[in-house]
Amino acid sequence: MHLILNLLIRIIVQKSFLLLILSFLFLAFTKDKDPELYSPGPVGIGDIPIYDFDALEPLLYTDSDKVHIVNFWAMWCAPCIKELPVFQEYAKNDPNVELILVSLDFPEDIETKLKPFLEKKGISSKVVLLDDPDANSWIDKIDPNWSGAIPFSIIFNNKKRGYYERTFENTQDLKNEVNNVIHNK
Amino acid sequence: MKKRNVIIIAILFLSGFLITLNVSAQDRKGPPPRGGHSPVQTKTLEEAGGYKIGEVATDFKLKNVDGSMFSLSDIKDAKGYIVVFTCNECPFAKMYEDRLIALHNEYAPQGYSVVAINPNVSQNNERESFEAMGKRAKEKGFPYVYLADDEHEVSPKYGAVRTPHVFLLDKERKVQYIGTIDDNARSAKDAKVKYVENAIRAMQNGKAPEPNFTKAIGCPVKAI
Repeated sequence: MHLILNLLIRIIVQKSFLLLILSFLFLAFTKDKDPELYSPGPVGIGDIPIYDFDALEPLLYTDSDKVHIVNFWAMWCAPCIKELPVFQEYAKNDPNVELILVSLDFPEDIETKLKPFLEKKGISSKVVLLDDPDANSWIDKIDPNWSGAIPFSIIFNNKKRGYYERTFENTQDLKNEVNNVIHNK
Repeated sequence: MKKRNVIIIAILFLSGFLITLNVSAQDRKGPPPRGGHSPVQTKTLEEAGGYKIGEVATDFKLKNVDGSMFSLSDIKDAKGYIVVFTCNECPFAKMYEDRLIALHNEYAPQGYSVVAINPNVSQNNERESFEAMGKRAKEKGFPYVYLADDEHEVSPKYGAVRTPHVFLLDKERKVQYIGTIDDNARSAKDAKVKYVENAIRAMQNGKAPEPNFTKAIGCPVKAI
C-alpha cells in the first residue's frame, strides 16, 4: 500500500515538473509578443508601459466587435491636450468602448512630467508610451496616409477601421465618427 | 511525508497558475495585423495639398527676424534651398535647431542655404510671436533667415503639416526631397540615416535623392 502511494506521488511529481517546464517555455514565447503582459491589471496613473512599435502594433487590432479608440498624442501638442477629455468622457459614458491613449512623450519624463500632467488633467484612461525614434519606419505601417502630425486617432473593431488626422471637437463629434465608421450610420 | 505533499501541491498550483496566465495571454491577441479591414480615411495627405516631388515651388516674400523682407531669389548663386518649416516651442523643432545650424554652416558655402519659416507665428501667442522668434534666433545665433509666415499662405502652398518639415529645392526651385532631417529626432549622434544631407549629396552628383519622401512625428502646423 505504502509502496503504491509512493509510486503514485513520484509520477505526479514528475508530471507536474514537466508541466512546469512547459509552462515556462510557453511564457517565454508569448511574453515578447503580447505587450499587455507588461501592464498588469487596470491601468491607473501608476503604470505607463513603454513600447516600441512592434510591441504597440497588436494593440492597434482586435478580434472583438467592441469599439476601440487609439489616440496618438503628447504633452507638447496643444490641440491633443484639448481633446483628451473628449476621449475620456466618451469612453466613460460607454463601457463598450476600449480606449488607449498612446503618448509620444519621452520616457524620462514619465515620472516627473507625464504622471503629474495626467493627474492634474484628471485623465485616468489607459496610457501607454511609444518610444521608437525612427518614425519614418512605422508611420506608414499604421496608416500610409498619416503625415506624422498629431493628434491622430484610429477608431476600429474587428471589421471596420477609420483613421483621423484631426482633432475631435466634442463627444458628439466623436460619436458621429464612431457611428460612421463602425455602424455605417 | 507531509512535507512532500505540500511541495507537490505547491508545484501543481504553480503550474496551474502559469498555464492560466498563458491562456489569457493567448486570448488577448488580436488577428494578424493588416487583416481584411475596410479602412476609412477622413483627410488624406493628397487632400492636405502641397507640392509633390518634381513640382516647382513658389518663391515668397516674408519678413525675416531682422525686420527685412526675404525671398528665395535674394540668395545669389544658389544651387538649391533647404526650406524648413519650424517654430519656437515645438520640442521636435527645438531638438533639430543645432542640426539645422550645422547643416547651414556646412552647405550654405556650397550653395544650399537653410531657409527657416515659422508657419505657427501668431501675435496672439507670446511664445510664437514675431518678437519671440527674434529672441530665439538671437539666443541660438541662427546663421540662417527665420521668416514669419504671417498670412499663413506659404505653408499650405508647400504642404507643411508638421514642424520641422523640410522641402529641399534645386536651383530651379523644383522640389527634390520632402520630409524629415534624419531618422532620430531625439539624438543627433544616434541618427543612422541623414536624409537631408544624403539628398543634397545626391543633387550635387546630379542624381535624384533616394528616398525623396520621409515622414516623422512632429508638432501640428497652425494649431498652437
